[in-house]
Amino acid sequence: MSEYFLSLKGICKRFPGVSALTDVSLDIKNGEIHALCGENGAGKSTFIKILTGVYQSNDGEMLCEGKVVRFNNTQESFSLGITAIYQELSILPNLTVAENIFLGRELRIPGFGLLDYRKMNHLAKTALLELGIDIDVTKTASEYTMGYQQMIEIARALIANVKLIIMDEPTSSLSGREVDVLLKNIHKLKEKGIAVIYISHRLEEVLAIADRITVIRDGCKIGTMERSEADEEKIIRLMVGRTLEEKFPRHQAQKGDIALRVRNLNQRGRLNDISFDLHKGEVIGFAGLVGAGRTELARAVFGADKIDSGIIEIFGKQVKINSPKDAIHHGMAFLTEDRKGQGLILMHDIIVNSTLTGLKKFCKFGYFIDQKMVVAEVDEMMRELQIHPAIPKMTTRLLSGGNQQKVVIAKWLCSKAKIFIFDEPTRGIDVGAKVEVYNLINRLVNEGAAVIVISSELPEVMGISDRILVMNSGKITGEFSCLEVTPEEILKAATGGINHEYKHA
Amino acid sequence: MNTSTPEVQGHGGTQKTQFRQLIKKMGSLIGLIGLSLVLTFASPYFLTMDNIMNVARQSAINSLIAIGMLLAILTAGIDLSVGSILALSTVMMGIVVVKMGMSPIIGVGVCLGIGILLGWLNGMMLTKMSLPHPFISTLGTMNVARGLALIVTAASPISNFPTSIQFLGAAFIGPIPVSFILVLVVYAAFHVFLNYTTVGRYIYAVGGNPEATRLSGISIDKVLIIVYAISGLMAALGGLVLVGRVNSAYPLAGLGYEFDAIAACIIGGASFMGGEGTVWGTLIGSMIMAVLRNGLNLLSVSAEMQTVAIGIVIILAVYIDVLRHKAAARVKA
Repeated sequence: MSEYFLSLKGICKRFPGVSALTDVSLDIKNGEIHALCGENGAGKSTFIKILTGVYQSNDGEMLCEGKVVRFNNTQESFSLGITAIYQELSILPNLTVAENIFLGRELRIPGFGLLDYRKMNHLAKTALLELGIDIDVTKTASEYTMGYQQMIEIARALIANVKLIIMDEPTSSLSGREVDVLLKNIHKLKEKGIAVIYISHRLEEVLAIADRITVIRDGCKIGTMERSEADEEKIIRLMVGRTLEEKFPRHQAQKGDIALRVRNLNQRGRLNDISFDLHKGEVIGFAGLVGAGRTELARAVFGADKIDSGIIEIFGKQVKINSPKDAIHHGMAFLTEDRKGQGLILMHDIIVNSTLTGLKKFCKFGYFIDQKMVVAEVDEMMRELQIHPAIPKMTTRLLSGGNQQKVVIAKWLCSKAKIFIFDEPTRGIDVGAKVEVYNLINRLVNEGAAVIVISSELPEVMGISDRILVMNSGKITGEFSCLEVTPEEILKAATGGINHEYKHA
Repeated sequence: MNTSTPEVQGHGGTQKTQFRQLIKKMGSLIGLIGLSLVLTFASPYFLTMDNIMNVARQSAINSLIAIGMLLAILTAGIDLSVGSILALSTVMMGIVVVKMGMSPIIGVGVCLGIGILLGWLNGMMLTKMSLPHPFISTLGTMNVARGLALIVTAASPISNFPTSIQFLGAAFIGPIPVSFILVLVVYAAFHVFLNYTTVGRYIYAVGGNPEATRLSGISIDKVLIIVYAISGLMAALGGLVLVGRVNSAYPLAGLGYEFDAIAACIIGGASFMGGEGTVWGTLIGSMIMAVLRNGLNLLSVSAEMQTVAIGIVIILAVYIDVLRHKAAARVKA
């Protein structure tokens, strides 16, 4: 039997228009803990999905215990002993712990076909005890915390005799003590000969438990190293190490008065004492990892979610923002990360979408919309933003990502906003359209608007912002001027690896 | 290749979309014309002035209720309480006018007022009490209103309304029934409301994508409350026409009318997913149902068989809707 449980050779995965993985080769030894590191969007998720059969690779070969395999779905990978535990657990809260553990593999009483609860409960209990967890397996899973639920998932994998468990950010929603228990149990899995692929942004965890560490960036494998060769600096350097390829045009605006002042904003479990100022003619970039609380902050400031405490001032006046309606009334605009789910009404056309926020200004006699005025304004905006195809009656579902984003921008231009929050404005749009979006942001700033850009792409944040605020676990953990910051410094603040004292000026 | 063609592809897609939208708009109209042609050949009486006016009159009540229902369906909701609202609002009018002898104007006010009030309650329960789906709030109201209608009348009908109240349901101007003129006026008003007012546009937006609508600064609660209040109002107006036609208000009036109204919307091209549907489509949907019933009557098809036929038409109409959505999904992919 070979030393390797799984060998991947030259794996490529292309999606229409983008290459997600290029020529990735990787070996997983039996019973090793193999950490996978990379920035957001580096290709880690795609990689896992190919291992588990959610996606199929376009090129390359996968060997499992020496035999060539190809998974068409997750059942096929599971039958060979590969399973993944995701950030979002797949526990069914309304079933008991034991039922969860045996889901899809229920034991039956021979001859009767009825479920053998006694045996299942007993085996579930034993599996959990092996993990050092002593809970009542006949209670519903919803009665236990995330940490326990994760153990239930691991127990489910143990019962099924898996050989490889992939854990995607397993500690992102665990408390400190729960993390310790998890890491201890990962070692137990290793002792049983089960391999673990461990994906985490928390480099100290990676360095604490991994046997080997692989770094991927932009869909390519950068290198695999033994833990003894690795340190935090080195991993970060390998994760970031790219040049600023894209062109980032700069705006010419002068910093003016404070447009938005946020003080001591709190939202239980999500945002912790957030304070910052945003000036007219300024772009602030919010950097951080997925789940650091940046989108939550944007939603809270915009009134989409309730806050527990905090003060928001707009152009020097303290305001109460209880809903997006209030925020828009005070001149704010929020371009959501999820364009299709939260930005556009996909089944409706460009006219309807681009005038949704500013419909009132087209009204005669208070209530009746002047359709001619609407069409004239939409025509004008479509020319200005170069929306293609320039057909006002076009359903937005049929537009490309870049043009959909432009329609969302049109919607907010129509509302005459002064403070713009862009959440991942260039996600999923091609390079040419990205530059157009940057130019638009610059135009807004030149015209005196204040802009916040949330982006998980470091070059983008560094390229278009005047100042960069870094968030980690719902807190602002760093503030940098774009002129003197390095990607490494931002990543350090974002991963919380090195204690970065942040004080608001 | 990729850099030069997208515009052309875009245009191609648009022509296809426009064609598809035309079919969508015309689909139910073609159905209505086809059905009428068949019936013209099948029965010599079908295409006479008398019969056409008869169909117009018979379709009026359902048309009025259906246009209120359309608003609910546009927001991806439903209003099951319209039949019961019709009953309670009309029997209350009967009590006020016939039993208490008050002026017909007050009676009509009571009737429409109760409709708006119950609809408003539906909306409040949906939004402020956060009931998970309008199915629940309106199912509750459906039972409460029906029960109250039976209680206040001691389960017996109220008759002998003054002629002024019967005007909407029974009168004719020339050969044309007033109730049908009312329908045309109401539908024209709804067309303007839905397409040329902010609230009307917001109704489509809420059904198309509630989260995007909320983040665009629109109060979804307010829109939904208005929608259900209007639906209640239209149910009461339908009741007013019914009272005029039969000169009686009775507590079991409007039983099952909610389903005829839903059917008219769906046959007329409204989508249960919300955000799609037109005023004129709904009118055609309502006419198709009336023509079908009328035609089957002329052909002496039994009432039982008619129910079967209506059921099949509903399923076919929705199946066409499903096929259309699948086609749209394919365009997306």
